[in-house]
Amino acid sequence: MTNVMNGADISRALRRIAHEIIERNRGSENLVILGIPTRGAFLSARVADLIAEIEEKPIRRGTLDITMFRDDLRMRAPKALLPTEIPLGGIEGTDLIIVDDVFFSGRTIRAALDALGEMGRPKTVQLAVLVDRGHRELPIRADFVGKNIPTSRDEIVKVHLTEIDGSDEVLIEGQR
Amino acid sequence: MNRHLLSINDLTYEDAVLILDTAAELAKISDAPVKKLPTLRGRTVVNLFFEDSTRTRISFEAAAKRLSADVINFSAKGSSLSKGESLKDTALTLQAMGADAVIIRHGASGAPARLADQQWMTGSVINAGDGTHEHPTQALLDAFTIRKHLRPGQKDLSGLKVAIVGDVLHSRVARSNVLLLHKLGAIVTLVAPPTLLPVGVESWPVEIAFGLDLVVAKSDVVMMLRIQRERMADLFFPSEREYSRQFGLNGDRLKMMQPTALVMHPGPMNRGLEISADSADSLQSVIVEQVANGVSVRMAVLYLLLGGSPLSAENSKVLSDKVVI
Repeated sequence: MTNVMNGADISRALRRIAHEIIERNRGSENLVILGIPTRGAFLSARVADLIAEIEEKPIRRGTLDITMFRDDLRMRAPKALLPTEIPLGGIEGTDLIIVDDVFFSGRTIRAALDALGEMGRPKTVQLAVLVDRGHRELPIRADFVGKNIPTSRDEIVKVHLTEIDGSDEVLIEGQR
Repeated sequence: MNRHLLSINDLTYEDAVLILDTAAELAKISDAPVKKLPTLRGRTVVNLFFEDSTRTRISFEAAAKRLSADVINFSAKGSSLSKGESLKDTALTLQAMGADAVIIRHGASGAPARLADQQWMTGSVINAGDGTHEHPTQALLDAFTIRKHLRPGQKDLSGLKVAIVGDVLHSRVARSNVLLLHKLGAIVTLVAPPTLLPVGVESWPVEIAFGLDLVVAKSDVVMMLRIQRERMADLFFPSEREYSRQFGLNGDRLKMMQPTALVMHPGPMNRGLEISADSADSLQSVIVEQVANGVSVRMAVLYLLLGGSPLSAENSKVLSDKVVI
């Protein structure tokens, strides 16, 4: 088990991502930031707090559960649903940021895009991830990346967050 | 979870809570402008109704459609069933058509179990009411409605006092509700004339009362049951008027209830017999909401039974805390 990011690394990466999001979108007025539960939701809350702190005004935020939109539902046991909370005013015409912890095959993000399609038409959709580990199976890319970590398919990337795991760190398990 | 949902006994405590939690998330989607999810795309769900039904069939149909499943409605009238086709041949036909789930309502207790136990078909079987045996999804939606109002944010119904009033003898809703509410920690009291209580009721996990007035005042939920005229060949009470006086929920008894207590009824109601119009339409009544919640609960059941892989669903857990009724 290798530790590839510690707590300070994670908070520096999130702070940089917050600044990049504001820079790319020229402020935060039209932003809606949605995290994918479980850990993406905690990360998105942190990024939203940082953006609100930097811009000194509140930002619209929420969570987006993509379980019902997965294309691999038939390959595993049904999972419990996690909360979806869309901020008041919806997503129509907004600059929408999806936040997730690990970016791997791209299938989660495809499911998230499908879920968004049911809710409205954002002006833009951008993707922020803490870790990009490669091995995409779909033509999807991230706009904001905390850290690129080259991995082999057999390895497992684990993101631990204080909110539920007690500490902030990113670990790689399996052969190195 | 088991592959089938035939009885509340097929569910563990955890399964039941999982269904209610899933339904709560799905209920939010029902409030959204677009209500469709792609989860069961390409799956076929058959509504096989040998008995008349309005809300259960429509509710299952709406639930399956919101999950993008293909729905085939099949009622006894207007099909080969009225020509005398057997349950087995009907099942083989459905299997040949590739049904992934069969939702069955039948006048004979145990018909869904037979459909599930024989190797006639590979899909899931969901009991939508069999004879005087069980109606598990109705109990789940009742528990969901109670939890939403009286235990918001909590897992189960610990400590709530629920009165189930009326024709317990013929009521599959009552049987499923007794099992589920007991499993979820509620204290159930049955109120009925002795002629409308089944043999062996003393072994059920319930209290029994013969007067409604005493129970109404201290209950958190008063669930009225329909007088099932179609199942009543014998005389179970002297007259409907007398039954209504003694066991009906009327305006006076409504006033005796606690202000937060709920009035429930599985429908269809006999207004003026077991429930008066002013009770049914009162602010404490959640009867219409029960119907709306039925769709969310049935979506949850369909998702949890059909959403995953067939293999993982086979690994069903051993049934625990089983009460036999």
